[in-house]
Amino acid sequence: MKIGLNTMKITHEEALHICDKAQYNEASKWEYFKLKFHTFFCKTCAKHSKRNSELTGFCSQASLHALLDQEKEAMKEELKKQL
Amino acid sequence: MSATITHTLNPEKWVDLYADYLFNYAVSRVSDAEIAKDLVQETFFAGLNSAKNYKGDAAERTWLIAILKRKVIDHYRKINSKKGKAEVRMSYVNATEEEGDWLEERVADPFTKSGEDNIQNKELGIAITDCLSKLPKKQSLVFTKKTIQGMSTEDICNELGINPSNLWVMIHRARTALMGCMNENWS
Repeated sequence: MKIGLNTMKITHEEALHICDKAQYNEASKWEYFKLKFHTFFCKTCAKHSKRNSELTGFCSQASLHALLDQEKEAMKEELKKQL
Repeated sequence: MSATITHTLNPEKWVDLYADYLFNYAVSRVSDAEIAKDLVQETFFAGLNSAKNYKGDAAERTWLIAILKRKVIDHYRKINSKKGKAEVRMSYVNATEEEGDWLEERVADPFTKSGEDNIQNKELGIAITDCLSKLPKKQSLVFTKKTIQGMSTEDICNELGINPSNLWVMIHRARTALMGCMNENWS
């Protein structure tokens, strides 16, 4: 099967979308390949992609925490009682 | 002539606006999620009780953080008083070898993460949470569920009643805003 250049071409919007999905390991290998191909020529998307990956790195490095919805609801209930 | 801004308290919005920020701050200080959760709740109660003393000079969040800081100090005082006195227990790094400079080897232990790294990661966490709190509520919520809680796209969509396209648009906007904010506040 031959893969034409046109099948690898994606728009900037598609590149950004794949880039976001890639941060959560939800981009397919083919999408990832198309993103790499795109960023090879598009410096703006390449820069965005780099910063996006940096943000992912920051988030995992910082080991962030968030309260669950149920926990927040319980907190609200407790607070309501005091109001 | 300088205009002074007077802030007001909105306790009914505290959980939505500040719970995650305060929680991250508390976890970074006590390293225990359950204790951190209790401290956040206690902070809200203490905030309510001392609301009459709030002058409006500081922003609501700054004021709550100041209360939380005192709660963290109280927490450490309490656990230390339970022991009878504050004590620091340190064991020798390599118990089989008695020789060597105990203190120097302890400080320069090459197998543990450096204290500086830990502090930097805690500050990084606070900086990200700070930026996250500046996002529109829905974006912040979607980003938190996806990135911090690690929920699947499908589960988030079901829970919030949105479709995957909406979710990815919100994720993209949130990430772009966070990148900008981190660029300004973290270098």
